[in-house]
Amino acid sequence: MQLNRRQLFGLLAAGGLTALAPRFGRAQGAPLTKRIPSSGEALPIVGLGSWITFNVGDDPEARDSSAEVMQAFFDGGGRMIDSSPMYGSAQEVIGYCLRKTGTSANVFATDKVWTGNGGEGPGQIERTRALWGIDRFDLLQVHNLVAWEAHLDTLSAMKNDGKLRYVGITTSHGRRHNELEKIMHEHDLDFVQLTYNIVDREVEDRLLPLAQEKGIAVIANRPFRRKELIHRFEDEKLPEWADDIGAASWAQFLLKFVIAHPAITCAIPATTRVDHVRENLTSAREPLPDEEMRRRMVAYIREL
Amino acid sequence: MSEWWAYQPSDLLMFSPQTYYRLFELYNTSLWPAQILTLAAGVGIAALTTRGPHWRGRLIAAVLAFIWLFVAWGYFIDRYAAINLAAPYFALGFVVQAILLAVVGAILGHITFEGAKTLTGKVGVALFLFALVFQPLVGVLLGREWFGLELFGSAPDPTVVGTLGILLAADRIRWELLVLPALWCAITGATLWVMNSPEALLMPLVGLLVLVFAAQRSLSPRHEYAGD
Repeated sequence: MQLNRRQLFGLLAAGGLTALAPRFGRAQGAPLTKRIPSSGEALPIVGLGSWITFNVGDDPEARDSSAEVMQAFFDGGGRMIDSSPMYGSAQEVIGYCLRKTGTSANVFATDKVWTGNGGEGPGQIERTRALWGIDRFDLLQVHNLVAWEAHLDTLSAMKNDGKLRYVGITTSHGRRHNELEKIMHEHDLDFVQLTYNIVDREVEDRLLPLAQEKGIAVIANRPFRRKELIHRFEDEKLPEWADDIGAASWAQFLLKFVIAHPAITCAIPATTRVDHVRENLTSAREPLPDEEMRRRMVAYIREL
Repeated sequence: MSEWWAYQPSDLLMFSPQTYYRLFELYNTSLWPAQILTLAAGVGIAALTTRGPHWRGRLIAAVLAFIWLFVAWGYFIDRYAAINLAAPYFALGFVVQAILLAVVGAILGHITFEGAKTLTGKVGVALFLFALVFQPLVGVLLGREWFGLELFGSAPDPTVVGTLGILLAADRIRWELLVLPALWCAITGATLWVMNSPEALLMPLVGLLVLVFAAQRSLSPRHEYAGD
């Protein structure tokens, strides 16, 4: 039997054979990476979201602050930046930051198509591309399953024409998981994006195992439920054994939990602060919690 | 856009409080010194509610209509739309209110101030003065920059409160003119609530207060007589 690369990585991830393959890769001083199953391309396991944080309109000070955040992200070895037409001015601000920092070559450009009319998808994608100021996207996703059939057709055609590298679909806040599962079964996807964090773990039951089985990369959004989880626990003491996983803060504790899941390819916390970007990227380093430690982390959180 | 039903109000907050309040700082900077004109218009409106020619009601309505149009364009379209996808819909609501004020008040002359001031009328005048003088200071008292003041005539919230005050101070309650301002009180209250702003309840409470007084006034047996 011949296996293509996607099937091989899927089998390795799903079949308990992960010990035979390196779980993570890492260049010197850079964040850990994981492979995109459909291509084998290595991707840093911490990316950068843009919901709210990059939606700063035409405020010159805030735009320059965003550029500093982006510069720190790339300086720290980050690559994936994710946005959406739903995020107000975020796409345009990302374009500004990429131009200002001269970092277009570094970015793993990830965006979405979000319109209820399938026929409007190509036009929206072209406007989005112009806002970013790049030649093509690495990954485009159908946002929150909106008009997903028509948009998946559009994205697949773009990929076949070489105008797009990866195709994905997203959900968030735990919505429409049954429908997403069906789509994952029936369609050829490179990525799915969903909400996963230490308290929103429903996807562990079916969607994450399915992604491993099918060789689909997974982006975890809302790793901190925006700031909610950090605020919820910030007055609590980190457990002493947090040192064992290299977590010096609650943010690192929470993020390491997410990115250590074997099915998660990349988490995309959003921030407006350079120190937080660095803290997030530092989370993407060894040691990461193993399965037993992850269960212990969940149990500890439940007791708080 | 489909799918809106699936979101919680907090999920729809697509900007940070810092970005929201910074918007007013940039807005005021770009408008200056036009604020002098809008505030002068406010002072003029306050004076006209107490004395002036018999057509002062039409004049007040016309000025308010212009102000609502100004906020629709200057604030919602030119500023707020950059960070909030719903802003064009809000602008549309403000344009509709401007048209209603122009038609009902300025053209048909249904907003008058000839009768003796009832308690409701006095509350209306007080509300207008609150919007003109005190409401802009709320942000400063909460520690925000003074040049981020939300002013009557340029920012939506004090403009809405001022308009509600005028409508309450008029001889007759015109319910068709109260609907959209009251709706805005709920919308802006929800926005500030999900931003955890300390003054989140202010606008909904004002809206509620106005509706209670308006209902009391409408049900009063003297209402049909006063001012008509």
